[in-house]
Amino acid sequence: MSTLTPVGGPALVPGRPAVSLRSTRPRHGEAFMRLLLRFAAIVTIIITAGILIALLVPSVEFFRTVSVFEFLFGDRWAPRFADASFGVWPLVTATAWTSGIALLVAIPLGLGAAVFLSEYARPGLRKVLKPVLEILAGIPTVVFGLFALQFVQATLFRDWFDLDTGAFSVLAAGLVMGVMIVPTIASISEDAMSAVPLSMRQGSAALGANRMQTTVRVVFPAALSGIIAAIVLGVSRAVGETMIVAIAAGGQARIVTGPLEQGQTMTGFIANAALGDSRVGSLEYDTLFAVGLLLFLVTLLFNFISIRFVRRFREIY
Amino acid sequence: MTTNTRAASYTTGSNHTPTIQFPAEHAHRSNGLPDVPNAIIECTNVNVYYNDFRAVTGVDLAFGSKEITALIGPSGCGKSTLLRSLNRMNDLIDGARVEGTVTFQGEDIYHKEVDAIEVRRRIGMVFQKPNPFPKSIYDNIAYGPRVIGMKASNMDDLVEEALTRAALWTEVKDKLKQSAFGLSGGQQQRLCIARTIAVKPDVILMDEPCSSLDPIATSRIEDLMYELREDYTIIIVTHNMQQAARVADRTAFFTALASEESGDRTGLLVEFDRTKKIFESPADQRTEDYISGRFG
Repeated sequence: MSTLTPVGGPALVPGRPAVSLRSTRPRHGEAFMRLLLRFAAIVTIIITAGILIALLVPSVEFFRTVSVFEFLFGDRWAPRFADASFGVWPLVTATAWTSGIALLVAIPLGLGAAVFLSEYARPGLRKVLKPVLEILAGIPTVVFGLFALQFVQATLFRDWFDLDTGAFSVLAAGLVMGVMIVPTIASISEDAMSAVPLSMRQGSAALGANRMQTTVRVVFPAALSGIIAAIVLGVSRAVGETMIVAIAAGGQARIVTGPLEQGQTMTGFIANAALGDSRVGSLEYDTLFAVGLLLFLVTLLFNFISIRFVRRFREIY
Repeated sequence: MTTNTRAASYTTGSNHTPTIQFPAEHAHRSNGLPDVPNAIIECTNVNVYYNDFRAVTGVDLAFGSKEITALIGPSGCGKSTLLRSLNRMNDLIDGARVEGTVTFQGEDIYHKEVDAIEVRRRIGMVFQKPNPFPKSIYDNIAYGPRVIGMKASNMDDLVEEALTRAALWTEVKDKLKQSAFGLSGGQQQRLCIARTIAVKPDVILMDEPCSSLDPIATSRIEDLMYELREDYTIIIVTHNMQQAARVADRTAFFTALASEESGDRTGLLVEFDRTKKIFESPADQRTEDYISGRFG
């Protein structure tokens, strides 16, 4: 008697597909978003390429006059003198001193802070300490520069310790720059260490490892890529930092042989010379870009080395 | 007839001690420690708290040496929490606190002068989810002996021995330098067992070691547990009643009591006995209900 009525499902009409798989309305929003995101990605690449070209063109001009060899290995930097000399070595030594001192301070302190926050501190303490650390990263570098010049160099080194040093030193600039970089290294490497699964720490503890062994042998290798990224960012900041060294390291380009000497870094030179009255297209103007290019290549080199290092030693979890 | 002959053969041994001995079983609840001969770990009135929340209450248990003891019960009954308190893994959890006494070979493991790291070296643990280190298979095994400074004349032999005991050697012997993450889940879990064996503990705690494994891998782990029982005391938490029935010498059944005001569930021990007794003629109605699948 009763006919079978299908419940639910599409009504079947002969000659037509049961359901349409075509979209019922156009999705303009999604197409627009995709376009917008693609635009953002392309603009970033174009700008980077533009900066590189802007750096390269005057540099090529510069190297038409001054040979690469003379630039890289000359030991006298006097671009504005009548008998101009373009040996960049003095600037490189000053940068190496300030960056080296900064990293000697920042890497142990930063990694120590990260290990403490991620492995030892109770959650409540971590919640307080980490934002404090990140505030330190937000202090303008000019403030650090003044601190280095007025307090560390003038008061601490000369008045209190009575050190044999002038108004400027690479040590004061380097130390303060190190303090400035600590939060960068600590924060990023702490993120990397906290991301290592708790189950690995438990596995290690269950085998009779103490906290330090677990940190050094399990957490560190697993978080290595993040830790190296943090250090490389620290190196980049140290090499590229301008304000602190421009204020506290000094302004005379001479080969630096000791931490208490003053010296002009690559960035310090660019900052000083860019404020001057060098005419566009002049050799002095092109010099700025040649130094800038060198700075760029040094940072790039560090990045490459770190990528290779991470690929070699990382333990992927 | 057959039962008669069996009984007869049993009694004929009257002039020498029977090979199989069933010690007298006692109803033990609330009478302090259960009667387990040759107990290696004993819990007396153990309560475990997470901050103010009591996760486990008033547990009296004893774990026989070179036996397999299973802890079973519904979710939230505190069996994993209790297990973690047996080798002080709860120390790693903020706010966790243990009351009562847990002794290992008669020594209170929560005594002030006892080193938790030494406790964990003697009482190893295998976790619910395989957690190999992101290192090579070899380094996973060698890790424990290295960190505790074990005097191993030859690390290669030690690694081979541990992997062999964990029934993994033939599968991995040609790829010891490869990452442990390339192994299947079951192999990873056997690697974790091998890693635990490598430090030569006395007791191995297993927290639902098969819950993330397929039936074939599970049965391999069960076989392995049975072999390890020769030399090790094993305490296993499991959700799988058949597993408890298959492998365990004794079984402890826990249940959870929900507090009326907060709804927090506190675990308590209902019954502890030989596995056969628990599954065939449990003394407590709640055990019977759980075993027969009426709740849980």
